[in-house]
Amino acid sequence: MATRSTALPARAARPRKSAGLWSDAFGRLRKNRLALVGLGLVTLLLFTGLFGPLLAPWSYSFQDLKSVAAGGGGPLPPLAYGHLLGTDQLGRDLFSRLLDGARISVSVAFVVQLVILTIGVPIGALAGWFGGRLDNALMRFTDIIYAFPDLLFIILLTVVFRETFFGRAMDGLLIVFVAIGLTSWVTVARLVRGQLLALKETEFVEAARAIGVTDRKIVTKHLLPNGIGPIIVAVTLGIPGAILAESTLAYIGIGVQPPRASWGSLIAEGQKYVRAEPHLVLFPAIAIAVALISFTFLGDGLRDALDPKLKGKQ
Amino acid sequence: MISYVARRVLWIIPVLFAVSIITFTLMHSVPGGPWDREKKLPAAVQSRLNAQYGLDQPLYAQYINWASAFVTGDLGPSYRYTDRRVNDIVADGLPTTVHLGVMAFLLAILVGIPLGILAALGHNKWPDYLSTSVSIIGISTPSFVLGILLIVFFSVQLGWFPTGQWRGPEYWVLPTVALAGFPIAVIARYTRASMLEVTRKDYVRTAHSKGIKNESVVSRHMIRNALIPVVTILGPTLAFLVTGSFIIERIFNIPGVGQFYINSIYTRDYSLLMAMTMLYAFAVAFLNVVVDVLYAYIDPRIRYS
Repeated sequence: MATRSTALPARAARPRKSAGLWSDAFGRLRKNRLALVGLGLVTLLLFTGLFGPLLAPWSYSFQDLKSVAAGGGGPLPPLAYGHLLGTDQLGRDLFSRLLDGARISVSVAFVVQLVILTIGVPIGALAGWFGGRLDNALMRFTDIIYAFPDLLFIILLTVVFRETFFGRAMDGLLIVFVAIGLTSWVTVARLVRGQLLALKETEFVEAARAIGVTDRKIVTKHLLPNGIGPIIVAVTLGIPGAILAESTLAYIGIGVQPPRASWGSLIAEGQKYVRAEPHLVLFPAIAIAVALISFTFLGDGLRDALDPKLKGKQ
Repeated sequence: MISYVARRVLWIIPVLFAVSIITFTLMHSVPGGPWDREKKLPAAVQSRLNAQYGLDQPLYAQYINWASAFVTGDLGPSYRYTDRRVNDIVADGLPTTVHLGVMAFLLAILVGIPLGILAALGHNKWPDYLSTSVSIIGISTPSFVLGILLIVFFSVQLGWFPTGQWRGPEYWVLPTVALAGFPIAVIARYTRASMLEVTRKDYVRTAHSKGIKNESVVSRHMIRNALIPVVTILGPTLAFLVTGSFIIERIFNIPGVGQFYINSIYTRDYSLLMAMTMLYAFAVAFLNVVVDVLYAYIDPRIRYS
């Protein structure tokens, strides 16, 4: 008995348990074939998003008018005049524009989630930790945001601010990031709150409080790390929604400004020529589909890996 | 139960109030007004119009004017379609929008749920693969892409269905499918997961061991229990159908109310924009309440305090 009680603190001092959780989760993730496909595609998407301009044979705005004229005036089919996927009616290389679209989608994927975390985590943490009236007020507030028809609110924000400096920043993307983020932090806030409420009652938190650890430290050092699994899953599964929202906005002509090429705006442009040159719609559509499905697979896999109890549930 | 329903229904009021305040503030917080045309109106005309419509008053007064009219059901005059009341515009388009939404909702349920059930019953066999493939395609294809593809194949190439109007069943098919595609996928996925979960339950094993026929175990024990959690995603599904419908209306040129939403923002048609936002917000909030109440009603284990 005496030897055990002296040995325990030494072992507990090392962060073995949390390392175990993560390697455990990674092991489960590795066995999940769909999740690995998702992970691979996400990596590919990230790579093209980051290094797209280096891979692109042309600039997304370069107009190869000479080849278009030689080709008869309309959009060029794939492989014509050295354009791998053809061009649009202005002679802009579709492959290069798809790469720019990847860049936009990747930035949407990550910046929007950053906005969501910056709003959702503090609100959820405050509500969950302090409880009582503050909790009530914050949760009613999230209820209101939840009831907002989100796509409409995103459109409203983007259109209303489009002529202002804020609306033009980053080729019109900044307002899109903020607008999508402002409507979708509720899930994360509720999740953080729920996690905190459950963890607040655990013994290790009670112990931390007993030895006088400050509230702030308990939240940041004990509660958030322990409750982070579901948050990671929610963030990953939130990414397809953000990408979808951005491409929908771009499709109806809101958001990113030309000549930047969002996948949504590529589809809107290609739609005019869809009878003769269906590839102008099909390739961006495939790009969107691959992006959406890869994050969905990865998110599902992460959820199964991080919380085996939830397996198969949404 | 009654007090729960009452509380949830009453909660819609503060939600709508918040939505109206936020929309109103946003709408008026940027320069421009309903009289901005390509040819600039003389300043004198503009100020006369502003006075006529009450736009020269301070913002809070304008809000109070709008809100007191709204409460009585008066949505005000349209600033862009100057000969029409917003009430008439909404009344003209709403039946079509609701019609499209209801058909898409029914299609999503009638296809999504059986697809999910079949997938679970044929777990890891071809029905499962078929259903999973449909779900993956549905989840990864935005409704506007699905709409375009349907038009290209079934309207332009094959000529089976006409588009661009809303005059009869042949016009309804493609928009309904385009709008229902995503919900079908989500419902099928959720139903499948829920069925698989139920398969492992003790009461299912007990039912089997009592010698009950497989069909009745499936229909009486499994499906009935598996569908309860599926009700929870009907709320988000309905919200998707409400907000997603205006994209579909745009693609298929359907004369619903959705076409007015974006235009009203661009043209600063304040009263029409407020009416549209309130309409969509009410639809989303109200349908959420309906789904939650339905959930409490069909699952006696749920107790709401």
